[in-house]
Amino acid sequence: MSREMTGAQMVLQALADQGVDHIFGYPGGAVLPIYDELFQQDRLRHILVRHEQGALHAAEGYARSTGKVGVVLVTSGPGATNAVTGLTDALMDSIPLVCITGQVPTHLIGNDAFQECDTVGITRPCTKHNYLVRDVNDLAKILHEAFYVARSGRPGPVVVDIPKDVQFATGIYTGVSDSQHKSYRPATVGDDDAIAATIELMANAKRPIFYTGGGIINAGPVASERLRELVRMPGYPITSTLMGLGAYPASDKQWLGMLGMHGTYEANHAMHDCDVMICLGARFDDRITGRLDAFAPGSKKIHVDIDRSSINKNVHVDIPIVGDCAHVLDQMIAAWKAKNPKVDEAALKTWWGEIDHWRARKCLSYKQGDDVIMPQYALERLFALTRDKDVYITTEVGQHQMWAAQFLHFDEPNRWMTSGGLGTMGYGIPAAVGVQIAHPDSLVIDVAGEASVLMTMQEMSTAAQYDLPIKIFILNNQYMGMVRQWQELLHGSRYSHSYTEALPDFVKLAEAYQGVGIRVDKPSDLDDAIKEMIATPKPVIFDCRVDQNANCFPMIPSGEAHNNMLLGDDVAEEDIGNVVSETGKVMV
Amino acid sequence: MSKPGSAYPLEKTEQKTETHTMSVLVDNEPGVLARVIGLFAGRGYNIESLTVSETEHEAHLSRITMVTTGTPMVIEQIKSQLDRLVPIHKVIDLTVLGQSLERELAMVKVAGKGEKREEAARLAESFSALVIDDSPEHFVFEITGEQPRIEEFVVLMQPLGLVEVCRTGLAALARGPERM
Repeated sequence: MSREMTGAQMVLQALADQGVDHIFGYPGGAVLPIYDELFQQDRLRHILVRHEQGALHAAEGYARSTGKVGVVLVTSGPGATNAVTGLTDALMDSIPLVCITGQVPTHLIGNDAFQECDTVGITRPCTKHNYLVRDVNDLAKILHEAFYVARSGRPGPVVVDIPKDVQFATGIYTGVSDSQHKSYRPATVGDDDAIAATIELMANAKRPIFYTGGGIINAGPVASERLRELVRMPGYPITSTLMGLGAYPASDKQWLGMLGMHGTYEANHAMHDCDVMICLGARFDDRITGRLDAFAPGSKKIHVDIDRSSINKNVHVDIPIVGDCAHVLDQMIAAWKAKNPKVDEAALKTWWGEIDHWRARKCLSYKQGDDVIMPQYALERLFALTRDKDVYITTEVGQHQMWAAQFLHFDEPNRWMTSGGLGTMGYGIPAAVGVQIAHPDSLVIDVAGEASVLMTMQEMSTAAQYDLPIKIFILNNQYMGMVRQWQELLHGSRYSHSYTEALPDFVKLAEAYQGVGIRVDKPSDLDDAIKEMIATPKPVIFDCRVDQNANCFPMIPSGEAHNNMLLGDDVAEEDIGNVVSETGKVMV
Repeated sequence: MSKPGSAYPLEKTEQKTETHTMSVLVDNEPGVLARVIGLFAGRGYNIESLTVSETEHEAHLSRITMVTTGTPMVIEQIKSQLDRLVPIHKVIDLTVLGQSLERELAMVKVAGKGEKREEAARLAESFSALVIDDSPEHFVFEITGEQPRIEEFVVLMQPLGLVEVCRTGLAALARGPERM
């Protein structure tokens, strides 16, 4: 189906042929021809954000909650540079995006024209791939290729930079082709010998653990189903990274909670003491491994990852398997069933006994009094009052994010949207906008800190425009909490610029944005306030005043191994500056 | 006191480095070299030599030959990182294949008169270097060969009035009848 049309029409046609229903964007001079085409159609819904960074995070939230490619349209120059944070965020967290940027006309490129920037140059290191379209006859092919690259293999953001003259020019549109990409063909199926060796190691394990990550989520809901099947067959314990929460149900008895710097005592100890580690779609990030030379020292490691460059990058593994988690899990299940091995029940019983001993340490405990709301308590109540609802959670970055990972429990994939790799403060509100667009009838909550949330607060205006009843649940301690915590632990409690004076009145702010503001500062008022928030059919800013000095524990201090965790109840207030070793202090 | 080595390790662990020659087949499209060089710069890898030219005009394929140094883990990373770039068709490690053919071309400008000039000409002949430009006061030699031989030639020219050198970087192919 080749037809003649303008470049701007091709953009719309290609989006239609790729099954795109929603696009997040902001107009400007260099994309006006495309906006003109948008105006003349009603198939594709355009969501007008208030800042381009918001468009990217909204598209990320949309993509992560649906499994589809998120699509963004921004203008040249500042439109493109404002998109950079979101593109980098999507690259770090492997989120499929296609970001179309306008560019000055081809004859002006390199001329320092108005609103010109070297978009492909700037975005080359923060995209999976990018294109500058010089000829309208290449446009359709490039757009289709962009979608293929964004969603194939390890997903990621792709930029297509389209000069304004190319948008106006007329050329031949070609539809989606089935032909293979000439160079990019990521592996999906794992090596059978490696899988056989994996099953052998798994079957003979005495102290096994599954360590899973965002790769399972990215491989689609089917991968989560397969994961459950595989993990339940031998009855081994499972933990996950921040990115992988929800792939395995948190309500299951084999679940140990999240691992890593703020992971649970049981998950980190089990990782340290395991003899066989089965890593599925995670990448041995520094927040996970802690001290590398003391990371799971007595273990054999299996690593399944779709990206070959993630394997043996930080940690040497014994069995590398390059492939898509969904496929490889299928292969592992088939191989396990075919072999039907007997697991060492006695060893496994001892192992679970040790794990129960660690669990009994109750590492997430905290003390809730009558006067001040503890942030952990606020999240426990939020979880209790929303658990029977169709709920999606986004977060900002900091203490509240770690507490959310610890205290909100996910039984399904695609319900948890957080900036893991880049750690982008300001991610949560726009991401919630994107999620709510995709799931208009669901309860979408941004668990936020009062500092992060101000970075992209303008997207409340987007929520108001499109009647998106997102809930912004702020754990307000007036500090950049994680910065404050590190200053307390590592810098002698010298709180350099981590306290925000002159915060806005969040209730009035909500009202100014045509939403509803709720403030609560007493534990006894919390439940009713949360219920009111849930019942409000408008955007809500929930200003939950919490204890200003609460720290996020457990914590693996810098320079320490997994089995040397800091717990909340063994840190006396007067010692808090001494709990991290002098060498550890220079590490972070 | 605990040893450092965690979240962001500050101490570099000293590991033995190796030098590898790689062939990379890429689409000859705008920006492809920037992608490769940007990858090396962004991730802190070394480039010791880089040669690139279109080698298959109809298929628009270019061949990059690069020499890089790193620990075995870094060398593995470089190959994997290159391999995942979209316009890259294939990456092969000629050093691992072993016994690959490696050549470089250099132009060497030497200025001098009298005995030094004669000595330069004599040495050039013994290295089978060609004279591609000359005057009573200078020579420009063209020398082709393996890198150590070129290094040696340049060192010998130093006291004889070496002015400047231009080198192409390494070109390399695997032995035998097969294509990469």
